[in-house]
Amino acid sequence: MALTIKEVEHVALLARLSLSEDEKVKLSQQLGAILNYADTLNTIPTDNVEPLTHILSVHNVFRADEVQPSMPREEMLANAPLVEAGYYKVPKIM
Amino acid sequence: MSKDYEVVIGLEVHAELKTQTKIFCSCSTAFGAEPNTQTCPICAGFPGVLPVLNKKVVDLAITTGLALNCEIPNICKFDRKNYFYPDSPKAYQISQFDMPICINGYLDIDVEGRRKRIGINRVHMEEDAGKLVHQGDITTTPFSLVDLNRCGIPLLEIVSEPDMRSAQEARAYMEKLRAMLLFAGVSDCKMQEGSLRCDANVSVRPIGQVEFGTRTEIKNLNSFRALERAIEYEAARHIEAIKGGETLVQETRTWDEEKQLTRSMRSKEEAHDYRYFPEPDLLPLKISQEWVNSIRAAFPEMPEQAQKRLVEEYGLPEYDAQILTLTPDSLAFFDQCLKQYPDAKTISNWMMGEFNRLLNQNNMEIGESKVTAAGLVQMLKSIDDGTISGKMAKMVLEEMFATGNCPEVIIREKGLVQISDEGTLLTLIDDIIKTNPKVVEDYKSGKEKAFGFFAGQIMKATQGQANPTLVNKLLKDRLNHIQ
Ligand SMILES: [Zn+2]
Repeated sequence: MALTIKEVEHVALLARLSLSEDEKVKLSQQLGAILNYADTLNTIPTDNVEPLTHILSVHNVFRADEVQPSMPREEMLANAPLVEAGYYKVPKIM
Repeated sequence: MSKDYEVVIGLEVHAELKTQTKIFCSCSTAFGAEPNTQTCPICAGFPGVLPVLNKKVVDLAITTGLALNCEIPNICKFDRKNYFYPDSPKAYQISQFDMPICINGYLDIDVEGRRKRIGINRVHMEEDAGKLVHQGDITTTPFSLVDLNRCGIPLLEIVSEPDMRSAQEARAYMEKLRAMLLFAGVSDCKMQEGSLRCDANVSVRPIGQVEFGTRTEIKNLNSFRALERAIEYEAARHIEAIKGGETLVQETRTWDEEKQLTRSMRSKEEAHDYRYFPEPDLLPLKISQEWVNSIRAAFPEMPEQAQKRLVEEYGLPEYDAQILTLTPDSLAFFDQCLKQYPDAKTISNWMMGEFNRLLNQNNMEIGESKVTAAGLVQMLKSIDDGTISGKMAKMVLEEMFATGNCPEVIIREKGLVQISDEGTLLTLIDDIIKTNPKVVEDYKSGKEKAFGFFAGQIMKATQGQANPTLVNKLLKDRLNHIQ
């Protein structure tokens, strides 16, 4: 079942994508097909199966609370398009 | 507050945990560092990195759960909360959605002598976001500056049930919660530095109505006072809207401290849609009963136990006990005083009175003050042995507060020694009686004021240093013996 155009627009907004009208129609079909495929999982009986929280059956992997040096600021900022006074500089969001 | 309506309040509190390192990487959490000097590819959200959980965070979360009478489920996990904002470089926050570490707790508060139980819905672990700094004039600048030092600092979000019915109850809850977190040693709870933050959900309904009214969420509440004022303002705004037949909008509002009002934070996005899903990069936690028990076994004294001790062992009033146990520093100060001075109520009076006044005046916590327990005790002993009067002691304490000097030095330097020598005082008294025969007559004819005049003259002649109790006694004696 295809997604509605409204649903596609909502998802696109959340993902910050701007889509043409043609793309919306195309994606409504494609996303619908993906959901249908995933829906086949719902046909499997799971009444006696414990819910899985992670694909690996490993738990409790921890780090000790010990400080390690951070990365030098110049290296951290090296890939930033805009930098000022040790800060990342970005368009204002209000 | 109108009698026909009741306000319904729930609080979401964020507490920064007292760890050395961040929640998923080994960067320092120290406050006040230069921008972007405490970051690494993990906390700055570079592609391909993997988070590893700090065990201390889990220990502190369990501690908090126990302090708040929560259940600690056997298993919990992390989830991704997705949103775009420049303070969140990954474009998601690692948080806990449907399987938080603590659930179903409560906290008892006392308001005007009544005890009330406030439900705790949940406590979950999450990472903090970065900080946006606005450059120049906020309305005209086209840029924001981003500091990611705070990104990945461990937080607990503590969500109450909507069980509070007044701004006063909300404040009491917040104060009690802060005391619990401080005593449990899980957070510094410095509201000004942002290590304790609070959002309030407020709605109003006619008394007797079961359904909740439309709720608004108030952000940016950085002090107990702001919390109280914002709730009062918001409740009044709701009531006015309901009475005027307006429809309230469910929205997020911010508290404007300067103008003392709440303002709508127009959301650019449609209704929040965080699309939570399980964090695949972190493994679930299994929390065994042994783990919980080992934390329970190491639990420090909590405010309620301490209050009980103060009331039962030292005979303090409930009210005193509550105030003295608002912070561990305050309780430790009291306990230290009591080791060297036997009168609990006198210590409490000075701590809650003069000392507290000085702290409030200077916007300080007891731990930041130069006054030590030993200093306060020395001052109290100087009152007891008649060296200084209670009035002088207030001056001494002020000086101790300002300079950190010990009372002995202050008393000597300021020449504050009380005159308790009977001979000296009697000479003065006789002199004043002799030069004021008219006032003596007044006294004899029963005019109370006359006595005050003489006492005042003695204090004036000694620049306030005469021992007032002794002056009264000697003066009465002399006057009554005049025929
Ligand atoms: Zn880091």
